[in-house]
Amino acid sequence: MTATSETSAKRFGYSEKVMDHFKNPRNIGVIEDADVTAKVGSVACGDLIKLYLKFDPDHDQIKDIKFESYGCAANIATSSMMTEMVKGKTIDDARKVTFKEIAEQLDGLPRIKLHCAVLSRQGLEAALVKYEAKRGRVKVDDSFVNKILRGVLDPVEGVDIISAKMVQSVAVEEGKRVFMQLSAKAGSELAKSLTDDIHDAFEGLDIELNLKFKE
Amino acid sequence: MSQPVEPEVQERELVYLDNAQTTRLDPTILDTMNEFMVDNYGVPGGEFGYRLEEEAREAIEQAREAIARRINASPGEIIFTSGGTESNNVAIVGAAHSDYYKGKRLVTSRIEHMSVLRTVDKLTRQGFEKTVLNVDHEGFVNVADLKAGMQDVRLVSVQHANQEMGTLQDLAVIGEISRSNGVLFHCDAVQSFAKEKIDVQAMKIDLLSMSSHLIHGPKGVGALYVRDGVKLQPLLEGDDRERGLRPGTPNVAGIVGFAKAVKLMTHEDSFRMRQLRDELIESLLTISDSRLNGPTGERRLCNNVNVSFRYVEGEAVLMHLDLRGLVVNTGSACYSQKLEPSHVIRALGGTLEESHGSIRLSLSKWTTKEELAYAAETIKEVVKKLRDLSPLGKKLPAQR
Repeated sequence: MTATSETSAKRFGYSEKVMDHFKNPRNIGVIEDADVTAKVGSVACGDLIKLYLKFDPDHDQIKDIKFESYGCAANIATSSMMTEMVKGKTIDDARKVTFKEIAEQLDGLPRIKLHCAVLSRQGLEAALVKYEAKRGRVKVDDSFVNKILRGVLDPVEGVDIISAKMVQSVAVEEGKRVFMQLSAKAGSELAKSLTDDIHDAFEGLDIELNLKFKE
Repeated sequence: MSQPVEPEVQERELVYLDNAQTTRLDPTILDTMNEFMVDNYGVPGGEFGYRLEEEAREAIEQAREAIARRINASPGEIIFTSGGTESNNVAIVGAAHSDYYKGKRLVTSRIEHMSVLRTVDKLTRQGFEKTVLNVDHEGFVNVADLKAGMQDVRLVSVQHANQEMGTLQDLAVIGEISRSNGVLFHCDAVQSFAKEKIDVQAMKIDLLSMSSHLIHGPKGVGALYVRDGVKLQPLLEGDDRERGLRPGTPNVAGIVGFAKAVKLMTHEDSFRMRQLRDELIESLLTISDSRLNGPTGERRLCNNVNVSFRYVEGEAVLMHLDLRGLVVNTGSACYSQKLEPSHVIRALGGTLEESHGSIRLSLSKWTTKEELAYAAETIKEVVKKLRDLSPLGKKLPAQR
């Protein structure tokens, strides 16, 4: 046989930069004493990341950020690039980073993999909002809950459950008790997977979740 | 024994374990094929021909005989096509559009190849009814459902070996149910042909699809067995070649190469692959949180291995393996063009998560013990590497 494994650094339509971040992900791992964590995506979807952030409270600056990934090469590479781009930035500046810029910094992504850049950006947003809630700077209300739910995916369609219109109503009592009505059927595989993912999304916050599924 | 180990992955020859996708051409076949492209480049003409035509005719008829013998058919019952997809289309559409048959229902299974499923779907848009049989957790079709639903059926189309997890259906049982109800039985045997025993008489098969490129033959050629007396409506109009079912100039070199590939594939090859397959399965299942998809033993295609690893995603596994010179396949959604998980793995009733970490390894007659040892070691290393990155499956301090 004459074929060898090394014909090109490019594979599966990915740029060399994506391949580099896939092979050698930056900022991989956990921060044991993280100020905030954010888990976005879905196991059922095969696309999930967990972020760990540590802040400099005096300057509202991201002192350290690490991630873990369960997903494809694009999932790993976009998370790696995102963490590189926001590490050391203030919360305001980090928020200015768009998913398009993450993709551009990787010399582009295959069109069907752009959602991975979106997911890593949603993970960042979820982490920042959770941090602000913990510091008492944002109120835990409908809008806060919606922001967190943007990081939870419909495992069948792969889009967030707000866009997929799977969340029928949200109510928050005393900034603590969250009630949700979801369109999935109670007892289904989908309901089980959503229950796990939504609990994961709110992990670390002093919140009581009440999920209701369709009977 | 003391040969130096190749230190550089780049310098290693590929370990190719995607032989259910396609195989490498047997180089000895190429010489035979060349003869029919460069020297004897004629094609059969009318009933009698000049020397070049007769050379080609004889070569094609010998090929027909070799393929017929392999499945216990007569040479006149074999027609050559461009491959498995065409054979499936000619068989199913040909039976559906034939005036000789009455039934309005087509029966198939959830785990068929797309060239069967989409063809059946197309026919339902033209007025046919369909039954899509469910399969159990190992991929076997529900025979009781088949038996109970034979009213007004024209054709049953059930594959022999599954393309992803190697389930070998019990064709004799399906054939008997079909025959006793006066229903045509088509079988897509593209994955199993020349590797597993097929007897169209004993199994009561009326139509059987075969392909060349999965047994080290050339791509672009296949065959369809059409039982004597079965009347199909041709897909293409043209001359009377291949009983009028496949008009046009035949791919002589391809057909000759196909027949040679069949002859070169022996029972010993299947026996050896089956042994190596079981050793590989055993070795891969020593990885924690792994699971074999599909059946074991004689009920599994001799060269198919399909294992799911929890907490890792298939595309990432596949890419790391590719970087290490190991070629496999995955049913992961992330690897498919439409981001949809494999319809086969989903049909087994597993969770979505299980479909993402499924890896298919398919052996060839040339696969060696050493290659499989490298494959198993490399997969262990890569699964561990990815699990180290993964937030799943770790012993977390009790939360919630």
